[in-house]
Amino acid sequence: MLFYVISTLMVVSALFVILSRSPLYSALWLVATLLIQAILFAALGAHLIAAFQVLLYAGAIVVLILFVIMLLNLSGEKLKWRALLGTRFVLAGAVLYLALILGLTLWFINIRTGDSLSTMFGIEGSSAGVAKLLLTKYALPFELTAVLLLTAIVGAVIMAKKEAVGPNKTS
Amino acid sequence: MIEDIVKSILLIAVVLTIVPVLIWWERKGSAYIQDRRGPNRANILGVRLGGFILNIADAVKLFFKEDIVPRGVNRFIYILSPAVIFFTALAVSAIIPFSSPLNIGDHVITTSVVNLNVGILYALAIGSLGVYGVLLAGWSSGSSYPLFGGLRAAAQMISYEVAMGLALIGVLMWNGTFCLDEIVAIQGANICQWNIVYQPVSFILFLISIFAETNRNPFDLPEGESELVGGYHTEYSSMKFALFFMAEYAQIIVGSMLIVTLFLGGWQIPFLPTDLLIRKMPQILRYGVPVLSIIFIACGAVLFPLKGRFGWKDKRDLEPFYFGLIFITAGVVFIGLSLSGIFDVPSDSTFIIIVTSLTQAGVFLIKVLLFCWFFIWVRWTLPRFRYDQLMKLGWRVMVPLAAANIVMTGIFMIWRR
Repeated sequence: MLFYVISTLMVVSALFVILSRSPLYSALWLVATLLIQAILFAALGAHLIAAFQVLLYAGAIVVLILFVIMLLNLSGEKLKWRALLGTRFVLAGAVLYLALILGLTLWFINIRTGDSLSTMFGIEGSSAGVAKLLLTKYALPFELTAVLLLTAIVGAVIMAKKEAVGPNKTS
Repeated sequence: MIEDIVKSILLIAVVLTIVPVLIWWERKGSAYIQDRRGPNRANILGVRLGGFILNIADAVKLFFKEDIVPRGVNRFIYILSPAVIFFTALAVSAIIPFSSPLNIGDHVITTSVVNLNVGILYALAIGSLGVYGVLLAGWSSGSSYPLFGGLRAAAQMISYEVAMGLALIGVLMWNGTFCLDEIVAIQGANICQWNIVYQPVSFILFLISIFAETNRNPFDLPEGESELVGGYHTEYSSMKFALFFMAEYAQIIVGSMLIVTLFLGGWQIPFLPTDLLIRKMPQILRYGVPVLSIIFIACGAVLFPLKGRFGWKDKRDLEPFYFGLIFITAGVVFIGLSLSGIFDVPSDSTFIIIVTSLTQAGVFLIKVLLFCWFFIWVRWTLPRFRYDQLMKLGWRVMVPLAAANIVMTGIFMIWRR
Protein backbone atom coordinates (compact mmCIF):
# COMPACT_ATOMS: atom_id res chain seq x y z
CA MET A 1 0.00 0.00 0.00
CA LEU A 2 2.71 2.43 1.09
CA PHE A 3 4.65 1.52 -2.03
CA TYR A 4 1.76 2.48 -4.33
CA VAL A 5 1.21 5.83 -2.59
CA ILE A 6 4.89 6.71 -2.80
CA SER A 7 5.32 5.58 -6.39
CA THR A 8 2.20 7.43 -7.55
CA LEU A 9 3.56 10.61 -6.01
CA MET A 10 6.90 9.95 -7.65
CA VAL A 11 5.43 9.40 -11.09
CA VAL A 12 3.32 12.55 -10.79
CA SER A 13 6.31 14.66 -9.78
CA ALA A 14 8.38 13.09 -12.55
CA LEU A 15 5.67 14.08 -15.04
CA PHE A 16 5.87 17.66 -13.75
CA VAL A 17 9.64 17.60 -14.41
CA ILE A 18 9.02 17.25 -18.15
CA LEU A 19 5.78 19.25 -18.32
CA SER A 20 6.93 22.41 -16.52
CA ARG A 21 7.57 25.35 -18.77
CA SER A 22 10.24 27.02 -16.69
CA PRO A 23 13.52 25.07 -16.43
CA LEU A 24 13.81 26.16 -12.81
CA TYR A 25 10.48 24.58 -11.93
CA SER A 26 11.58 21.43 -13.75
CA ALA A 27 14.69 21.31 -11.59
CA LEU A 28 12.62 21.79 -8.44
CA TRP A 29 10.25 19.00 -9.41
CA LEU A 30 13.32 16.87 -10.03
CA VAL A 31 14.35 17.54 -6.42
CA ALA A 32 10.88 16.46 -5.30
CA THR A 33 11.13 13.28 -7.38
CA LEU A 34 14.54 12.44 -5.93
CA LEU A 35 13.35 13.06 -2.38
CA ILE A 36 10.31 10.83 -2.89
CA GLN A 37 12.62 8.21 -4.36
CA ALA A 38 14.74 8.46 -1.22
CA ILE A 39 11.58 7.89 0.83
CA LEU A 40 10.85 4.84 -1.31
CA PHE A 41 14.35 3.47 -0.67
CA ALA A 42 13.95 4.09 3.06
CA ALA A 43 10.57 2.33 3.02
CA LEU A 44 12.24 -0.69 1.39
CA GLY A 45 14.83 -0.75 4.18
CA ALA A 46 17.71 0.61 2.10
CA HIS A 47 18.63 3.43 4.47
CA LEU A 48 22.14 3.94 3.17
CA ILE A 49 20.97 4.35 -0.42
CA ALA A 50 18.25 6.75 0.75
CA ALA A 51 20.82 8.89 2.58
CA PHE A 52 23.15 8.95 -0.42
CA GLN A 53 20.24 9.73 -2.73
CA VAL A 54 19.49 12.90 -0.77
CA LEU A 55 23.13 13.76 -0.11
CA LEU A 56 24.47 13.37 -3.66
CA TYR A 57 21.58 13.83 -6.05
CA ALA A 58 19.24 16.23 -4.27
CA GLY A 59 21.96 17.93 -2.25
CA ALA A 60 24.71 18.40 -4.81
CA ILE A 61 23.88 17.54 -8.41
CA VAL A 62 20.52 19.32 -8.70
CA VAL A 63 22.00 22.28 -6.84
CA LEU A 64 24.56 22.53 -9.63
CA ILE A 65 21.79 22.24 -12.25
CA LEU A 66 19.91 25.08 -10.51
CA PHE A 67 23.14 27.04 -10.30
CA VAL A 68 23.63 26.82 -14.07
CA ILE A 69 19.98 27.67 -14.77
CA MET A 70 20.27 30.78 -12.61
CA LEU A 71 23.64 31.76 -14.04
CA LEU A 72 22.36 31.52 -17.65
CA ASN A 73 19.04 33.08 -16.61
CA LEU A 74 17.01 30.64 -18.71
CA SER A 75 13.41 31.68 -19.12
CA GLY A 76 10.34 29.54 -19.64
CA GLU A 77 9.45 28.17 -23.07
CA LYS A 78 6.14 27.21 -24.55
CA LEU A 79 5.29 23.57 -24.90
CA LYS A 80 4.86 22.51 -28.51
CA TRP A 81 2.51 19.74 -29.52
CA ARG A 82 4.17 17.34 -31.89
CA ALA A 83 2.52 14.64 -33.92
CA LEU A 84 3.73 11.06 -33.74
CA LEU A 85 4.62 10.27 -37.34
CA GLY A 86 7.02 8.01 -39.24
CA THR A 87 10.11 6.89 -37.36
CA ARG A 88 8.97 8.61 -34.17
CA PHE A 89 5.90 6.40 -34.13
CA VAL A 90 8.04 3.26 -34.41
CA LEU A 91 10.41 4.47 -31.69
CA ALA A 92 7.58 5.29 -29.31
CA GLY A 93 6.05 1.89 -29.97
CA ALA A 94 9.35 0.15 -29.25
CA VAL A 95 9.82 2.06 -26.01
CA LEU A 96 6.30 1.26 -24.85
CA TYR A 97 6.81 -2.41 -25.75
CA LEU A 98 10.05 -2.61 -23.76
CA ALA A 99 8.46 -0.90 -20.77
CA LEU A 100 5.57 -3.35 -20.90
CA ILE A 101 7.87 -6.39 -21.11
CA LEU A 102 9.94 -5.11 -18.17
CA GLY A 103 6.85 -4.38 -16.10
CA LEU A 104 5.34 -7.79 -16.83
CA THR A 105 8.58 -9.56 -15.95
CA LEU A 106 8.82 -7.82 -12.61
CA TRP A 107 5.16 -8.53 -12.00
CA PHE A 108 5.59 -12.25 -12.68
CA ILE A 109 8.65 -12.39 -10.46
CA ASN A 110 6.60 -10.75 -7.76
CA ILE A 111 3.76 -13.26 -8.19
CA ARG A 112 6.02 -16.31 -8.24
CA THR A 113 8.12 -15.42 -5.23
CA GLY A 114 5.34 -13.55 -3.48
CA ASP A 115 7.96 -11.49 -1.75
CA SER A 116 9.69 -8.16 -2.11
CA LEU A 117 12.84 -7.97 -4.19
CA SER A 118 15.12 -7.20 -1.26
CA THR A 119 14.30 -10.43 0.55
CA MET A 120 14.55 -12.37 -2.72
CA PHE A 121 18.17 -11.45 -3.31
CA GLY A 122 19.04 -11.42 0.37
CA ILE A 123 20.24 -7.85 0.32
CA GLU A 124 20.56 -5.95 3.55
CA GLY A 125 19.97 -2.19 3.30
CA SER A 126 21.88 -1.06 6.39
CA SER A 127 25.25 0.66 6.02
CA ALA A 128 27.10 -2.37 7.38
CA GLY A 129 25.30 -4.72 4.98
CA VAL A 130 26.03 -2.60 1.92
CA ALA A 131 29.65 -2.06 2.96
CA LYS A 132 30.17 -5.79 3.42
CA LEU A 133 28.81 -6.53 -0.06
CA LEU A 134 30.81 -3.73 -1.69
CA LEU A 135 34.11 -4.77 -0.15
CA THR A 136 33.80 -8.54 -0.59
CA LYS A 137 31.57 -9.78 -3.37
CA TYR A 138 31.58 -6.64 -5.51
CA ALA A 139 35.05 -5.36 -4.60
CA LEU A 140 36.37 -5.37 -8.18
CA PRO A 141 33.40 -3.56 -9.80
CA PHE A 142 33.49 -1.10 -6.90
CA GLU A 143 37.16 -0.29 -7.47
CA LEU A 144 36.67 -0.14 -11.24
CA THR A 145 33.83 2.36 -10.74
CA ALA A 146 36.20 4.45 -8.63
CA VAL A 147 38.75 4.43 -11.48
CA LEU A 148 36.01 5.35 -13.96
CA LEU A 149 34.95 8.30 -11.81
CA LEU A 150 38.57 9.40 -11.43
CA THR A 151 38.95 9.32 -15.22
CA ALA A 152 35.83 11.44 -15.57
CA ILE A 153 37.18 13.98 -13.06
CA VAL A 154 40.56 14.17 -14.81
CA GLY A 155 38.76 14.56 -18.14
CA ALA A 156 36.63 17.39 -16.77
CA VAL A 157 39.70 19.18 -15.40
CA ILE A 158 41.53 18.85 -18.74
CA MET A 159 38.51 20.17 -20.65
CA ALA A 160 38.25 23.11 -18.26
CA LYS A 161 41.97 23.88 -18.62
CA LYS A 162 41.96 23.44 -22.42
CA GLU A 163 43.58 26.78 -23.23
CA ALA A 164 46.31 26.61 -20.64
CA VAL A 165 47.67 23.15 -21.56
CA GLY A 166 46.90 23.10 -25.29
CA PRO A 167 49.66 22.89 -27.94
CA ASN A 168 48.83 26.40 -29.19
CA LYS A 169 49.90 28.03 -25.95
CA THR A 170 52.11 30.96 -26.88
CA SER A 171 53.14 32.73 -23.68
CA MET B 1 4.56 6.98 19.32
CA ILE B 2 3.78 9.33 22.23
CA GLU B 3 7.39 9.03 23.28
CA ASP B 4 8.54 10.19 19.82
CA ILE B 5 6.17 13.15 19.82
CA VAL B 6 7.30 14.25 23.29
CA LYS B 7 10.95 13.94 22.25
CA SER B 8 10.42 15.98 19.06
CA ILE B 9 8.63 18.75 20.94
CA LEU B 10 11.33 18.85 23.62
CA LEU B 11 14.07 18.98 20.97
CA ILE B 12 12.46 21.85 19.07
CA ALA B 13 11.85 23.65 22.36
CA VAL B 14 15.51 23.30 23.36
CA VAL B 15 16.84 24.58 20.03
CA LEU B 16 14.36 27.46 19.82
CA THR B 17 15.13 28.44 23.43
CA ILE B 18 18.84 28.70 22.75
CA VAL B 19 18.24 30.92 19.68
CA PRO B 20 17.33 34.08 21.69
CA VAL B 21 20.22 33.37 24.06
CA LEU B 22 22.59 33.42 21.09
CA ILE B 23 21.07 36.63 19.71
CA TRP B 24 21.60 38.17 23.14
CA TRP B 25 25.21 36.93 23.21
CA GLU B 26 25.77 38.24 19.71
CA ARG B 27 24.69 41.73 20.79
CA LYS B 28 26.38 41.74 24.16
CA GLY B 29 29.49 39.90 22.93
CA SER B 30 29.98 42.17 19.93
CA ALA B 31 29.52 45.14 22.24
CA TYR B 32 32.19 44.07 24.70
CA ILE B 33 34.58 43.04 21.89
CA GLN B 34 34.14 46.50 20.37
CA ASP B 35 34.40 48.22 23.77
CA ARG B 36 30.73 49.21 24.02
CA ARG B 37 28.04 48.39 26.56
CA GLY B 38 25.49 46.76 24.26
CA PRO B 39 21.73 46.65 24.87
CA ASN B 40 20.87 47.87 28.37
CA ARG B 41 17.63 49.86 28.10
CA ALA B 42 14.70 47.59 27.19
CA ASN B 43 12.99 46.39 30.36
CA ILE B 44 9.84 44.86 31.77
CA LEU B 45 9.06 46.44 35.18
CA GLY B 46 12.73 47.32 35.44
CA VAL B 47 14.00 43.81 34.73
CA ARG B 48 16.54 43.83 31.88
CA LEU B 49 18.36 40.53 32.44
CA GLY B 50 21.50 42.18 31.10
CA GLY B 51 19.88 43.07 27.78
CA PHE B 52 18.06 39.79 27.25
CA ILE B 53 14.67 41.51 27.37
CA LEU B 54 15.60 43.33 24.14
CA ASN B 55 14.86 40.05 22.34
CA ILE B 56 11.21 40.32 23.31
CA ALA B 57 11.07 43.88 21.98
CA ASP B 58 12.72 42.56 18.80
CA ALA B 59 10.22 39.73 18.39
CA VAL B 60 7.28 42.12 18.85
CA LYS B 61 8.79 44.50 16.29
CA LEU B 62 9.32 41.73 13.73
CA PHE B 63 5.82 40.34 14.19
CA PHE B 64 4.09 43.68 13.72
CA LYS B 65 6.25 45.04 10.90
CA GLU B 66 4.57 45.32 7.53
CA ASP B 67 5.20 42.17 5.51
CA ILE B 68 6.30 43.53 2.14
CA VAL B 69 6.33 41.22 -0.88
CA PRO B 70 8.02 43.23 -3.64
CA ARG B 71 6.79 43.29 -7.22
CA GLY B 72 8.58 40.88 -9.57
CA VAL B 73 9.11 38.12 -7.02
CA ASN B 74 8.10 34.54 -7.66
CA ARG B 75 5.58 34.44 -4.85
CA PHE B 76 5.39 30.72 -4.08
CA ILE B 77 9.14 30.12 -3.98
CA TYR B 78 9.68 33.45 -2.22
CA ILE B 79 7.49 32.29 0.68
CA LEU B 80 8.76 28.71 0.58
CA SER B 81 12.50 29.39 0.88
CA PRO B 82 12.68 30.75 4.48
CA ALA B 83 10.64 27.73 5.56
CA VAL B 84 13.02 25.36 3.75
CA ILE B 85 16.13 26.83 5.32
CA PHE B 86 14.61 26.81 8.82
CA PHE B 87 13.24 23.29 8.47
CA THR B 88 16.55 21.83 7.32
CA ALA B 89 18.36 23.55 10.16
CA LEU B 90 16.00 22.06 12.75
CA ALA B 91 15.64 18.61 11.17
CA VAL B 92 19.35 17.80 11.45
CA SER B 93 19.12 17.89 15.24
CA ALA B 94 16.81 14.84 15.28
CA ILE B 95 19.74 12.41 15.53
CA ILE B 96 21.60 14.16 18.36
CA PRO B 97 21.67 12.13 21.61
CA PHE B 98 21.23 14.40 24.65
CA SER B 99 22.09 11.89 27.37
CA SER B 100 22.70 8.21 27.94
CA PRO B 101 19.73 5.93 27.12
CA LEU B 102 17.28 5.77 30.03
CA ASN B 103 16.65 2.31 31.50
CA ILE B 104 13.26 2.64 33.12
CA GLY B 105 12.07 -0.78 34.19
CA ASP B 106 12.92 -3.00 31.24
CA HIS B 107 12.17 -0.21 28.79
CA VAL B 108 15.07 1.60 27.12
CA ILE B 109 14.45 5.15 25.92
CA THR B 110 17.08 6.70 23.65
CA THR B 111 17.41 10.45 23.95
CA SER B 112 17.80 11.14 20.24
CA VAL B 113 14.50 11.56 18.42
CA VAL B 114 15.38 8.92 15.83
CA ASN B 115 18.10 6.32 15.97
CA LEU B 116 19.10 5.68 12.36
CA ASN B 117 21.79 3.26 11.34
CA VAL B 118 22.96 5.80 8.74
CA GLY B 119 23.32 8.32 11.59
CA ILE B 120 25.67 11.06 10.59
CA LEU B 121 24.93 10.61 6.87
CA TYR B 122 21.39 11.77 7.61
CA ALA B 123 22.80 14.97 9.09
CA LEU B 124 24.95 15.55 6.00
CA ALA B 125 22.05 14.76 3.64
CA ILE B 126 19.51 17.06 5.29
CA GLY B 127 22.18 19.71 5.84
CA SER B 128 22.98 19.67 2.13
CA LEU B 129 19.34 20.55 1.37
CA GLY B 130 19.75 23.82 3.29
CA VAL B 131 21.44 25.35 0.27
CA TYR B 132 18.10 25.27 -1.58
CA GLY B 133 16.65 27.77 0.87
CA VAL B 134 19.45 30.24 0.19
CA LEU B 135 19.61 29.63 -3.56
CA LEU B 136 15.86 29.88 -4.11
CA ALA B 137 15.54 32.92 -1.84
CA GLY B 138 18.14 34.60 -4.00
CA TRP B 139 16.47 33.66 -7.27
CA SER B 140 12.84 34.24 -6.34
CA SER B 141 13.47 37.77 -5.06
CA GLY B 142 13.86 38.91 -8.65
CA SER B 143 16.67 41.30 -7.85
CA SER B 144 20.40 41.21 -8.63
CA TYR B 145 21.92 41.43 -5.16
CA PRO B 146 19.97 38.48 -3.76
CA LEU B 147 20.74 36.48 -6.92
CA PHE B 148 24.47 37.03 -6.48
CA GLY B 149 24.14 36.14 -2.80
CA GLY B 150 22.33 32.92 -3.67
CA LEU B 151 24.87 31.92 -6.32
CA ARG B 152 27.78 32.59 -3.98
CA ALA B 153 26.07 30.58 -1.25
CA ALA B 154 25.49 27.62 -3.57
CA ALA B 155 29.11 27.51 -4.74
CA GLN B 156 30.47 27.94 -1.22
CA MET B 157 28.23 25.39 0.48
CA ILE B 158 28.80 22.69 -2.13
CA SER B 159 32.57 23.22 -2.00
CA TYR B 160 32.74 22.96 1.77
CA GLU B 161 30.38 20.00 1.92
CA VAL B 162 33.11 18.00 0.15
CA ALA B 163 35.68 18.94 2.78
CA MET B 164 33.17 18.32 5.57
CA GLY B 165 32.31 14.82 4.36
CA LEU B 166 35.96 13.90 3.85
CA ALA B 167 36.91 15.29 7.27
CA LEU B 168 34.25 13.13 8.91
CA ILE B 169 35.53 9.93 7.34
CA GLY B 170 38.53 9.93 9.68
CA VAL B 171 36.23 9.97 12.72
CA LEU B 172 33.94 7.33 11.25
CA MET B 173 36.92 5.04 10.53
CA TRP B 174 38.23 5.52 14.03
CA ASN B 175 34.92 4.76 15.73
CA GLY B 176 33.72 2.21 13.21
CA THR B 177 30.10 3.35 13.21
CA PHE B 178 27.77 5.94 11.69
CA CYS B 179 25.49 5.98 14.71
CA LEU B 180 25.94 9.04 16.95
CA ASP B 181 24.75 7.21 20.09
CA GLU B 182 27.50 4.64 19.60
CA ILE B 183 30.13 7.27 18.76
CA VAL B 184 29.44 9.00 22.09
CA ALA B 185 29.42 5.69 23.99
CA ILE B 186 32.76 4.65 22.40
CA GLN B 187 34.43 7.93 23.38
CA GLY B 188 33.69 7.31 27.06
CA ALA B 189 34.15 9.57 30.04
CA ASN B 190 37.94 9.76 29.85
CA ILE B 191 38.94 13.05 28.19
CA CYS B 192 42.03 11.40 26.64
CA GLN B 193 39.75 8.97 24.77
CA TRP B 194 37.71 11.65 23.03
CA ASN B 195 37.89 11.97 19.27
CA ILE B 196 39.43 15.44 19.46
CA VAL B 197 42.59 13.82 20.84
CA TYR B 198 42.79 11.11 18.19
CA GLN B 199 41.44 13.16 15.26
CA PRO B 200 42.63 16.77 15.71
CA VAL B 201 42.94 17.44 11.94
CA SER B 202 39.46 16.11 11.35
CA PHE B 203 38.16 18.30 14.18
CA ILE B 204 39.67 21.50 12.79
CA LEU B 205 38.50 20.78 9.23
CA PHE B 206 34.99 19.95 10.42
CA LEU B 207 34.83 23.11 12.53
CA ILE B 208 35.88 25.27 9.56
CA SER B 209 33.35 23.54 7.30
CA ILE B 210 30.56 24.15 9.81
CA PHE B 211 31.50 27.84 9.75
CA ALA B 212 31.22 27.81 5.96
CA GLU B 213 27.95 25.87 5.97
CA THR B 214 26.30 28.29 8.39
CA ASN B 215 27.46 31.27 6.30
CA ARG B 216 29.04 32.88 9.34
CA ASN B 217 31.99 35.19 9.32
CA PRO B 218 34.66 34.77 7.97
CA PHE B 219 32.62 32.86 5.36
CA ASP B 220 29.65 35.24 5.13
CA LEU B 221 30.16 36.21 1.48
CA PRO B 222 26.58 35.25 0.56
CA GLU B 223 25.35 38.14 2.67
CA GLY B 224 28.40 40.37 2.46
CA GLU B 225 26.84 43.69 3.49
CA SER B 226 29.46 45.91 1.89
CA GLU B 227 28.95 44.34 -1.56
CA LEU B 228 25.48 42.79 -1.65
CA VAL B 229 23.37 44.96 0.71
CA GLY B 230 21.98 41.97 2.63
CA GLY B 231 22.72 39.12 0.24
CA TYR B 232 20.03 36.56 -0.33
CA HIS B 233 17.61 38.03 2.21
CA THR B 234 17.76 41.63 0.97
CA GLU B 235 14.15 41.61 -0.24
CA TYR B 236 12.67 39.94 2.83
CA SER B 237 10.95 41.76 5.66
CA SER B 238 9.08 41.07 8.89
CA MET B 239 8.89 37.45 10.09
CA LYS B 240 10.22 36.07 6.79
CA PHE B 241 13.47 37.89 7.47
CA ALA B 242 13.29 36.74 11.09
CA LEU B 243 13.10 33.13 9.90
CA PHE B 244 16.40 33.54 8.01
CA PHE B 245 17.86 35.18 11.08
CA MET B 246 16.67 32.41 13.39
CA ALA B 247 17.73 29.70 10.93
CA GLU B 248 21.29 31.03 11.05
CA TYR B 249 21.36 30.64 14.82
CA ALA B 250 19.61 27.27 14.66
CA GLN B 251 22.34 26.15 12.25
CA ILE B 252 25.01 27.34 14.68
CA ILE B 253 23.36 25.44 17.54
CA VAL B 254 22.92 22.24 15.56
CA GLY B 255 26.45 22.54 14.15
CA SER B 256 27.85 22.94 17.67
CA MET B 257 25.81 19.93 18.79
CA LEU B 258 27.34 17.86 15.98
CA ILE B 259 30.87 19.02 16.83
CA VAL B 260 30.38 18.26 20.52
CA THR B 261 28.81 14.87 19.82
CA LEU B 262 31.46 13.79 17.34
CA PHE B 263 34.60 15.17 18.93
CA LEU B 264 34.01 16.21 22.54
CA GLY B 265 32.28 13.18 23.98
CA GLY B 266 28.71 14.43 23.59
CA TRP B 267 26.86 14.04 26.88
CA GLN B 268 29.79 12.37 28.65
CA ILE B 269 30.75 14.15 31.86
CA PRO B 270 34.57 14.16 32.14
CA PHE B 271 35.82 11.31 34.37
CA LEU B 272 32.28 10.41 35.50
CA PRO B 273 30.84 7.44 33.55
CA THR B 274 27.10 6.84 33.61
CA ASP B 275 27.05 3.87 36.02
CA LEU B 276 29.31 5.67 38.50
CA LEU B 277 27.15 8.79 38.24
CA ILE B 278 23.97 6.80 38.92
CA ARG B 279 25.62 5.12 41.92
CA LYS B 280 26.84 8.41 43.38
CA MET B 281 23.69 10.38 42.55
CA PRO B 282 21.93 9.95 45.96
CA GLN B 283 25.02 11.27 47.76
CA ILE B 284 25.40 14.13 45.28
CA LEU B 285 21.78 15.07 45.88
CA ARG B 286 22.09 14.73 49.67
CA TYR B 287 25.06 17.11 49.94
CA GLY B 288 24.83 19.03 46.68
CA VAL B 289 21.34 20.47 47.08
CA PRO B 290 21.96 22.10 50.51
CA VAL B 291 25.28 23.56 49.28
CA LEU B 292 23.54 24.90 46.17
CA SER B 293 20.77 26.47 48.23
CA ILE B 294 23.29 28.12 50.57
CA ILE B 295 25.05 29.59 47.51
CA PHE B 296 21.68 30.82 46.21
CA ILE B 297 20.80 32.45 49.52
CA ALA B 298 24.25 34.07 49.71
CA CYS B 299 23.85 35.49 46.17
CA GLY B 300 20.41 36.75 47.08
CA ALA B 301 21.73 38.36 50.26
CA VAL B 302 24.38 40.19 48.22
CA LEU B 303 21.91 41.37 45.55
CA PHE B 304 19.00 42.22 47.85
CA PRO B 305 20.43 45.40 49.42
CA LEU B 306 21.72 46.72 46.06
CA LYS B 307 18.28 48.23 45.40
CA GLY B 308 18.66 51.78 44.16
CA ARG B 309 22.46 51.68 44.36
CA PHE B 310 22.98 52.53 40.68
CA GLY B 311 20.88 55.68 40.77
CA TRP B 312 18.83 55.23 37.60
CA LYS B 313 15.93 56.95 39.38
CA ASP B 314 13.36 54.70 37.66
CA LYS B 315 12.13 51.11 37.77
CA ARG B 316 15.54 49.76 36.78
CA ASP B 317 16.63 50.47 40.35
CA LEU B 318 14.44 47.58 41.47
CA GLU B 319 16.20 44.92 39.33
CA PRO B 320 18.72 43.65 41.96
CA PHE B 321 15.89 43.56 44.47
CA TYR B 322 13.81 41.24 42.27
CA PHE B 323 16.75 38.96 41.59
CA GLY B 324 17.70 38.85 45.27
CA LEU B 325 14.13 37.86 46.09
CA ILE B 326 14.13 35.07 43.44
CA PHE B 327 17.49 33.70 44.59
CA ILE B 328 16.52 33.67 48.28
CA THR B 329 13.16 32.02 47.53
CA ALA B 330 14.82 29.36 45.37
CA GLY B 331 17.39 28.69 48.08
CA VAL B 332 14.72 28.35 50.78
CA VAL B 333 12.63 26.03 48.57
CA PHE B 334 15.66 23.84 47.87
CA ILE B 335 16.53 23.58 51.58
CA GLY B 336 12.90 22.73 52.35
CA LEU B 337 12.85 20.00 49.68
CA SER B 338 16.14 18.57 50.91
CA LEU B 339 14.97 18.53 54.55
CA SER B 340 11.65 16.91 53.60
CA GLY B 341 13.61 13.86 52.48
CA ILE B 342 12.29 13.87 48.93
CA PHE B 343 15.81 13.28 47.57
CA ASP B 344 16.53 10.29 49.87
CA VAL B 345 15.80 7.59 47.30
CA PRO B 346 17.70 4.41 46.34
CA SER B 347 20.03 4.68 43.34
CA ASP B 348 17.96 2.40 41.10
CA SER B 349 14.78 4.46 41.25
CA THR B 350 13.29 6.22 38.23
CA PHE B 351 13.84 9.60 39.85
CA ILE B 352 17.62 9.08 40.09
CA ILE B 353 17.79 7.88 36.49
CA ILE B 354 15.93 10.93 35.24
CA VAL B 355 18.08 13.30 37.33
CA THR B 356 21.23 11.63 35.95
CA SER B 357 19.93 12.01 32.42
CA LEU B 358 19.13 15.67 33.03
CA THR B 359 22.61 16.25 34.47
CA GLN B 360 24.18 14.74 31.36
CA ALA B 361 21.92 16.81 29.12
CA GLY B 362 22.97 19.89 31.08
CA VAL B 363 26.66 19.13 30.59
CA PHE B 364 26.00 18.53 26.90
CA LEU B 365 24.26 21.90 26.57
CA ILE B 366 27.11 23.65 28.41
CA LYS B 367 29.57 22.23 25.87
CA VAL B 368 27.26 23.24 23.02
CA LEU B 369 26.92 26.78 24.36
CA LEU B 370 30.71 27.07 24.65
CA PHE B 371 30.96 26.30 20.94
CA CYS B 372 28.14 28.71 20.14
CA TRP B 373 30.11 31.38 21.96
CA PHE B 374 33.14 30.43 19.87
CA PHE B 375 31.10 31.09 16.70
CA ILE B 376 30.14 34.55 17.95
CA TRP B 377 33.68 35.31 19.12
CA VAL B 378 35.12 34.46 15.69
CA ARG B 379 32.51 36.54 13.90
CA TRP B 380 33.52 39.71 15.73
CA THR B 381 37.25 39.00 15.52
CA LEU B 382 38.08 37.94 11.96
CA PRO B 383 37.53 39.88 8.72
CA ARG B 384 35.75 38.37 5.72
CA PHE B 385 37.52 36.26 3.09
CA ARG B 386 37.88 37.32 -0.52
CA TYR B 387 36.08 34.97 -2.89
CA ASP B 388 39.20 33.41 -4.46
CA GLN B 389 40.75 32.92 -1.00
CA LEU B 390 37.59 31.12 0.04
CA MET B 391 37.72 28.70 -2.88
CA LYS B 392 41.47 28.17 -2.51
CA LEU B 393 41.07 27.30 1.17
CA GLY B 394 38.24 24.90 0.43
CA TRP B 395 39.67 23.00 -2.51
CA ARG B 396 43.44 23.35 -2.27
CA VAL B 397 43.96 23.21 1.48
CA MET B 398 41.05 21.49 3.19
CA VAL B 399 40.25 18.71 0.71
CA PRO B 400 43.89 17.48 0.41
CA LEU B 401 44.34 17.74 4.19
CA ALA B 402 41.18 15.71 4.75
CA ALA B 403 42.36 13.08 2.25
CA ALA B 404 45.75 12.92 3.95
CA ASN B 405 43.99 12.56 7.28
CA ILE B 406 42.07 9.55 5.98
CA VAL B 407 45.30 7.86 4.85
CA MET B 408 47.06 8.67 8.13
CA THR B 409 44.13 7.34 10.14
CA GLY B 410 44.22 4.11 8.14
CA ILE B 411 47.96 3.69 8.68
CA PHE B 412 47.62 4.46 12.39
CA MET B 413 44.79 1.97 12.80
CA ILE B 414 46.80 -0.81 11.13
CA TRP B 415 49.88 0.05 13.21
CA ARG B 416 47.92 0.02 16.46
CA ARG B 417 46.25 -3.31 15.77
